[in-house]
Amino acid sequence: MSPAEETAQNQAFEARIAQGETIEPKDWMPERYRKQLVRMMSQHAHSEVVGMLPEGNWITRAPSLRRKISLLAKVQDEAGHGLYIYCGTETLGVERDDLIGQLLAGTAKYSSIFNYPSLTWADMGTIGWLVDGAAIVNQTALAKASYGPYARAMIRICKEENFHKRQGYEIMATLAAGTPAQQAMAQDALNRWWWPSLMMFGPSDKDSPNSAELLRWKVKQKGNDELRQRFINLTIPQGTSIGLTFPDPALRYDADSGDWVTGPIDWDEFHQVISGNGPMNRERLVARNTAHDEGAWVREAAEAYAAKHSATSREAA
Amino acid sequence: MKLWEVFTQAGHGAPHEHAGSLHAPDAELALQNARDVYTRRGEAVSLWVVPSDAITASSPEEAGPFFDPGNDKPYRHPQFYKIPRGTKE
Repeated sequence: MSPAEETAQNQAFEARIAQGETIEPKDWMPERYRKQLVRMMSQHAHSEVVGMLPEGNWITRAPSLRRKISLLAKVQDEAGHGLYIYCGTETLGVERDDLIGQLLAGTAKYSSIFNYPSLTWADMGTIGWLVDGAAIVNQTALAKASYGPYARAMIRICKEENFHKRQGYEIMATLAAGTPAQQAMAQDALNRWWWPSLMMFGPSDKDSPNSAELLRWKVKQKGNDELRQRFINLTIPQGTSIGLTFPDPALRYDADSGDWVTGPIDWDEFHQVISGNGPMNRERLVARNTAHDEGAWVREAAEAYAAKHSATSREAA
Repeated sequence: MKLWEVFTQAGHGAPHEHAGSLHAPDAELALQNARDVYTRRGEAVSLWVVPSDAITASSPEEAGPFFDPGNDKPYRHPQFYKIPRGTKE
């Protein structure tokens, strides 16, 4: 393509974005748009997959059969969500094996929240309530993303995610209305997960290297700070109504804006965790690699069966 | 591993619609995976899986001229025709 042609293609693309059109896999798109989507979508898919680990840790120790089937179903959903987004990413011309290879090798990023440990049963409550709650706020905005396969995966995920949040909140409400020890467990979990859940939205837009470009291309519809504020406003009343308090002495309600205003977020901690120094980064990678290796025989057996079967049907023909 | 496109039928009488894609070594496992990935909440009464490379798609660059024959024929729509005032349909 000549430079003039490329400029024309670029202008046509920007015009389509400006009109709110959806970009589909076979449409022309700037290399940078493709690259940014691959980066963002693969990180999102990895987060779904790694997100199974903190909760998988508690399946065998769920306090009742009801809680156990819920948690199993939720973790299975997370696997499904990872698959939806990997499929979407593949439409951009990348191989899933390569993406998974990057995750296993530790060169890919995923949501920093999953590098915190799940220490008690109450953490299953906070993960559902806060982590999935934050994900819903984020993904509801992404359901209108300019890239069709990403937006469609988000719509599917959003439909399923509400159950995740409600089962988590139910756990918290039950513990918060329980014995003093159960109440303390719920409060402790909230104290540990509150700030990391606010960090899930990413750095403030002015400090986020990718935000402006993604907003301009309408991959993101809303900025990190706006989404974070929406999550805070939704969550504070939910916590207060079940008698929990938030670990933030500076937290106050601003009547003029109608917003809950938090104290400053410790971005040093966020950068430490995202660059591999969180409490569980190493353990998550080891667990993911072990699961992948231990599943190898299943993939090999399925391939061998398919090969044998197609050989037999060729002979029959 | 082969790539498959998955189509789900939401209810009897409804059309099969594209749900997404997945990896599987053969059709049998593609169906099972499709059930587990795309119908965990009773979203379908029927499933199709099709090898992705078996699909031939129209090309976006030629969408204009390709679909043009259907875009300039208002006389294929009932609104094109006038009927006397007061006539009930």
